[in-house]
Amino acid sequence: MTSAARPPPSAPRPLADKARRVLALIRKEGRQVLRDPSSFAIGVVLPLMLILLFGYAMSLDVKHVPIALVMETPSTDASEIAASFQLSPYFETRQTTSMAQAQELMLSGKVEGIVQVQSDFASRAADGDASVQIIVDGIDGNTARIVEAYAEAAVAQAGVRADAESPVTSSGGQAVMDEQLWFNSADDSRYFLVPGLIVLIITLIGAFMTSMVVAREWERGTFEALFVTPVRTDEILVSKIVPYFLLGMGGLLLCMASARFLFEVPFRGSFLILIGVSMLYLLVSIATGLLISSTLKSQFLASQVTLVATFMPALMLSGFIYDLRSVPLAIRLVSYLVPARYYVSLLQTMFLAGDVWSIILPNAAILAVVAAAMLALTSRATRKSLG
Amino acid sequence: MLASLRRILALIRKELLAVLKDARTRNMLLLQPVLQCLLFGYAATLDLSNVPYAVLDRDRSDASSALLAKLDGSGVFHRIANLTNADDMRRLIDNQKVLVVIQIDPDFQRRLSQGEAAPVQVIADGRNSNTAGSALGYVGAAIQSFNADWASDHGLPAPPVQASPRAWYNANLETRWNLVPALVGTITMMSTLMLASLSVAREREEGTFDQLLVTPFTPVEIMAGKAIPAMMIGVIQATNALLVAQLWFRIPFAGSYVTLYVGLILFLLAAVGIGLFVSSIAATMQQAMLYAFVLIMPFALLSGLTTPISSMPQAMQDFTLINPLRYAIDLVHRIYLQGAGLDRVVSDLWPMAIIATVTLGAAAWVFRNRLE
Repeated sequence: MTSAARPPPSAPRPLADKARRVLALIRKEGRQVLRDPSSFAIGVVLPLMLILLFGYAMSLDVKHVPIALVMETPSTDASEIAASFQLSPYFETRQTTSMAQAQELMLSGKVEGIVQVQSDFASRAADGDASVQIIVDGIDGNTARIVEAYAEAAVAQAGVRADAESPVTSSGGQAVMDEQLWFNSADDSRYFLVPGLIVLIITLIGAFMTSMVVAREWERGTFEALFVTPVRTDEILVSKIVPYFLLGMGGLLLCMASARFLFEVPFRGSFLILIGVSMLYLLVSIATGLLISSTLKSQFLASQVTLVATFMPALMLSGFIYDLRSVPLAIRLVSYLVPARYYVSLLQTMFLAGDVWSIILPNAAILAVVAAAMLALTSRATRKSLG
Repeated sequence: MLASLRRILALIRKELLAVLKDARTRNMLLLQPVLQCLLFGYAATLDLSNVPYAVLDRDRSDASSALLAKLDGSGVFHRIANLTNADDMRRLIDNQKVLVVIQIDPDFQRRLSQGEAAPVQVIADGRNSNTAGSALGYVGAAIQSFNADWASDHGLPAPPVQASPRAWYNANLETRWNLVPALVGTITMMSTLMLASLSVAREREEGTFDQLLVTPFTPVEIMAGKAIPAMMIGVIQATNALLVAQLWFRIPFAGSYVTLYVGLILFLLAAVGIGLFVSSIAATMQQAMLYAFVLIMPFALLSGLTTPISSMPQAMQDFTLINPLRYAIDLVHRIYLQGAGLDRVVSDLWPMAIIATVTLGAAAWVFRNRLE
C-alpha cells in the first residue's frame, strides 16, 4: 500500500523537506536566470567580449608613434638622425622644415612627438657638442616615457653609425644591461592581462548579478511573500547562491579555455588548486553581492555600490595592472581589504610561476576566511530583515 | 509650446525627486566621483617607487659599488638583500619578495677598465610584465648614468650626439595628470548612462509607465523629461571630479571652462541617448542595468583610458570611432592640459553630436513603436 510506505506523521523528515524546499527555490531562481536574456548577456556575451578586448585590443606596447621631424638645415649628420627615426619600427615620421609647423601638428593631435635638429647642428657636431631636441606630448605620461626612451635610443644609434664611419674615436668600456624577464620571457602583455581578466569576470558574474536579486524581491514585494512560507533564511541563501555559482564556474572554464587555446598563455600550476581557489573567490563575490543587495534593498543603489565596491577595486587596486608597491601607504592598506588582491596574486603565480606553496597557502587561507565571514554576514543581514 | 515646456519642467522635477529623494542614492551619486578620483588618482600609477630588489655582486669592486649606489640613490629601488649564491635568487623572486635581481660578474671592473663591454644581468619578475618592463627601464637609466660618470671619470669622450628630451603639457610625465581628467568623462558616463537606462525601466517595473502614457505628454516630452535630469546629475558629477583634480591634486587647468562644459554637455547627451535606447528595449531594471553595463565595459576599455588607442589593432581602432568616451577623454585632455580652444576640439565635438542624434532618434522610434 502506498500509505504504508509514507513515514508516519509522528516522525517528520526535516532533512528531506529541507532538500525539497531548497531544490524548488533553486529551480525557480535558475529558471529566472536562464529565461532572462540579460543573464545570457552578462554570463556569456560579456566574458567573451572581455576576453577578445583584453586579448586583442589592450596593449601597452608602443608602435608606429607619429612624430614630426624638424630639419632646420639639411646636412649629412642631420639626415643620419632622420634615417635613424625613419628606419625605427616605433615611429612614423613626418618631415617638416619649421618648428611652427611641427607645433601645429602636435596641437591638433596629429603627432605625439617632435624631433628637432637645429640649424647649427652640423657645426656643433664637428665640435662634438651636438644635441637633438626631443619633445614628447606628455598627456599620456606612460606612452610619452616609452617614446622618449626609443627616441634617445634612435639618436644614440645615429651616433654609433657616425662613429663607425670615423674610427678615430672609441666609446670605451661600458656597462651593458643583459635583461631577463622570468615567467614571461616573450614579454607578452597577454600573460598578465588574461589571468587578471578571470578576476574581473568572476567578480562581475558573482557580485554584479547577485547584487540585484534580493533587492528585486524586496522592490517587488515577493520577499515578504516568502516570509509566510516554511522556507528558512539559510535555504533562501543557498538557492540564491547555487545558480550564480554555476554560472561563475562556467565563466571560469570559458576563460581558462580561451587562455589556453586562443592566447596560448602557459598554465604552470595545478588545475585542481586553481578551481579550488576560484570557488573560494566566487563565493566571496556572490556573498558580497547578496550582502549589499539585502542591506540596501534598492536595485539601482545596490548595483552602483557593487560596482564601486567590488568591480573597480578588482580592476584598480588588486595589483592586476598597477603595482601595489608603488602606491602611497594609505592606498596600500586599503588594498589589503580588497579580496581580489589575493586572487590576482594566486592567479598570476599559478599561471606563470607554478605551484609556489608559500604564495598559495596564505592567499587561499585569507580567501577562505573572507568567504566564511561574508557568508555569515549575509546570512545575518537576510535574517534581520526577515524578523 | 509654453505648455509643452511646462510639462517637461514638471517631469524633470518629478524625475530629480525620484532619484535624489533617497539620501543614500544622493550621496552615492555626488560623492562617488570624488572618492573614485581620489582613490584612482593615487592608485593608478605606472610610475614605480619602492621597488624591492636584491643583488648578487660577485665582483665587489669600486665599479660595482658605484653602479649599485646609482640604483640605491634613484629613489625607485630599495635593496632588501645582498645575495651570495644564485639559488637565493629564485627563492626571492618566486615568493615575490623582490621584483628585480641584479647580478654582477666577477670580471665587471676588469672589463670596464680594458674598454670592453661589461654585462650586468638584470632579472625581473615577469608575472606583471608591465611593471617589470618599467622596472627594467629604470635600471637601464641607472646604468646609463653610471656609464656617463665612468666615461667622464676616466677621460673618455662623451657620445657624439646627445638627446635632450622634454615633455610638453605634463613635464614630469605623471600618470595622474593623464588619468584624473580622463576619469571626469568615464565616471560621468557610467552614472548618466545607467540613470537614463533605469529611468524608463523603473516606471515599467513599477507600472507607472502606463499611467504616464495617458497623460498629455508626447513621447518627445517624455524623452526630454528623462534625459535632462540625468544630464544635470552628470554635470554636477563632472564638476565634483574637476574640483578634485584642481583643488586636491593641483593639476593645472590650461583651457577655458566654457569650452569644456560645452563639450561635456554634448558628451552627456550622447551618453544619455545610449542609456535611453537601452531603456527602450529593456523590460526590467535588472535587464537595463546589465545591458548598460555590457556597453559600458567596451566603451571604457577602448577609450584610451587604460591603454593607448594607437596601440590597438585597426579593427578595434575603427570601433572606437563610435565610442563617445573616446572623444570625451581626448576633449578633456586637450582642453584641460593643452589649453585647446573650441576650434581645435571640433574634431571631438561633431562625432559626439552624431552619436547623440542617432541614439536619441533610435530611442524615440522604439518608444513610439512600442506605444502603438
